[in-house]
Amino acid sequence: MADLFSVVFLGALLFGAVTAAVPLLLAGLGEQMSEKAGVLNIGIEGMMIFGAYTGFLGAYLSNSMWLGFLAGMAGGMAVSLIMVILCVRYGLNQIVIGIGLTLGFEGLTALLHHFQFSRTYPRLPAAEPVSIPVLSDLPVVGAAFFNHHLIVYLAVALVAVMAFVYRRTQLGLNLQAAGDKPAALDVTGVNVVATRAFAVMVTGALAGLGGAYLANVGAGLFVPFITNGSGFLGIVLAMLSRGRPLWVLIGAFVFGLCLALTTALQVAGVNIPTDVIQMIPFLAVMVMLVAFGRRSSLPAALGLPYERGAR
Amino acid sequence: MSAESVSADRDERLAPGGGSQWLRAAGKRLLMTVGPVVVALAIAGLLLLALGVDPLRYYSYVVQRGLLSPSGVQQTLTRMAPLLFLAAGLIVAFRAGIWNLGGDGQFLLGAVAAAASAPFLADHVPAWAALLVAFVIATAVAVVWSLVPALLKAYQGVNEIITTLMMTFLGASLANVLVKLVFLDPATTVPQTRTLAVADRLPRLFDTTISSGLVFGLIAIVAVHLMMTRTSFGLRLRIVGANPRAAIHAGLDVPILTVAVFALSAGLCGMAGALDVLGVQGNVRADWNPGYALTVIPMVFLARFNGFAAIAFVGLLSVLSIGGESAARRMGVPNDFTLVLVAIVLIVLAIAEYIDHRHKKAAGR
Repeated sequence: MADLFSVVFLGALLFGAVTAAVPLLLAGLGEQMSEKAGVLNIGIEGMMIFGAYTGFLGAYLSNSMWLGFLAGMAGGMAVSLIMVILCVRYGLNQIVIGIGLTLGFEGLTALLHHFQFSRTYPRLPAAEPVSIPVLSDLPVVGAAFFNHHLIVYLAVALVAVMAFVYRRTQLGLNLQAAGDKPAALDVTGVNVVATRAFAVMVTGALAGLGGAYLANVGAGLFVPFITNGSGFLGIVLAMLSRGRPLWVLIGAFVFGLCLALTTALQVAGVNIPTDVIQMIPFLAVMVMLVAFGRRSSLPAALGLPYERGAR
Repeated sequence: MSAESVSADRDERLAPGGGSQWLRAAGKRLLMTVGPVVVALAIAGLLLLALGVDPLRYYSYVVQRGLLSPSGVQQTLTRMAPLLFLAAGLIVAFRAGIWNLGGDGQFLLGAVAAAASAPFLADHVPAWAALLVAFVIATAVAVVWSLVPALLKAYQGVNEIITTLMMTFLGASLANVLVKLVFLDPATTVPQTRTLAVADRLPRLFDTTISSGLVFGLIAIVAVHLMMTRTSFGLRLRIVGANPRAAIHAGLDVPILTVAVFALSAGLCGMAGALDVLGVQGNVRADWNPGYALTVIPMVFLARFNGFAAIAFVGLLSVLSIGGESAARRMGVPNDFTLVLVAIVLIVLAIAEYIDHRHKKAAGR
């Protein structure tokens, strides 16, 4: 038991938690933006898996982690473009198209991987971490929090950027209005469809980046179905966070910690099925919902297409 | 006045003009459904072509293996049984405006409950009684599992998309925990539950390998369809689905109806799991999660929540998945192509419906 709480173990656990949390954070922040603007983005898992695939391919072909991340963002945005055209512009059912995109791109990436690499899974070189001076020398937390790839710090900084945009900018107000009272936004002369399209494209970019991180940094390779429900966790995070980016960060870290705990306990030789630990975050959320049971504060027009003049 | 209008209605339908109109509407409906499927097959075919696979050979192989060969047909019909139960469960919920996305969790817990109880019961009581009791236990477990999202939705207004998604992750893990820790078969080295003897499983139909679960599945989905369209209970559920606020004004007890919908929906999903175990698998292995519910959701949408249409789409899914599994082995196209195909069909159909809707609007109401 002493082993369990050793400094090394704790450090590794927290490091793993951050690594596992980053894709969830990016997906959650992305989904949050869509939902704010009134689009329930069930297709986020599809955006993540395609981002993971294009991101891996980009990094593999170009030997550059950053080009890989860009390719991942582009992949995610390609999927969200379909969502924009079908759901935002033409108002098709968001749940139908979302599930369609998720299934389709899970299958497509598995298919493309098969035809390209057959049964081999080429690895990428390990991602170069950036140590933050002074802070990274702190015991336990230093190595765990301040010795990651640059993209991790950017992802965390994005939380502050998002919070600023939502609270202090016109764009933030527009996004909020597009989700709560699209007709009112329209009256003020702002294009509702364009606002929502912007939100969904950002979602695609973030989800794609999250997928690329998962493949390139988290795993170092691409396997079919690698996202394994991360996108759905992103939806859960977005819905629980009530529009606050900071809550997405906290939630993503808690989920990440549980995921890291699963691996860490296995390494430490503790004999509990991983499934028990995997249940912890979901159980925690359900307990919270039962205990507080507050009405969820989702945007009024969430999931409803906007058509000018329609009532 | 109402009697008059009803008889006028009936006259119109009986009159030759009305009949041909009805026929034309039905034909258009068929075209609207089959057309997009053909278009989707063509698009997916182009994708195959781009990957260097002859689409015609692939499709003919899928059809031959999934639909025309005797063993393929039997496998396809057997696969349909749990899918039909899931479709029935989803139709109840979706028509009532409740997005139960937790079908896979309910399915797995039902399956584990059946796998744990059936072999034990079969030791003590006749096989038919063991099957029946196991089936009831599985249903009850799934219903109880759905109580949490149901009560939260009914009395606290907590969005059921979150809760059912959470519960499905929890359910899949819990099913694994139960298999690995509680119901583990000590006689084998692989983590799985005790296996129900083949002789004790659901009987097969006539001289085939088709599980009689198919018959139950068909009964379930037709019963659900009739309940939703022909009974006052179904009407109430549809009102709740169309407009919960109006339903309250109409004096309906929306919370109770919400819990009832969850119970029905989850119960049917649990039955699907029980049926797959009692009729086909015989046990539950650890980490087994076929993800049927997630693939059935698109089928239910494609069928526009209509039970009879759902039978056709579930049949199509079975043919594609059984045929696709064979084709995958034979032609080197991964099984995942089926997913792509289903997704393309779904999206094309949604677009077709949109265009149709636009046309009707343009034609003037």
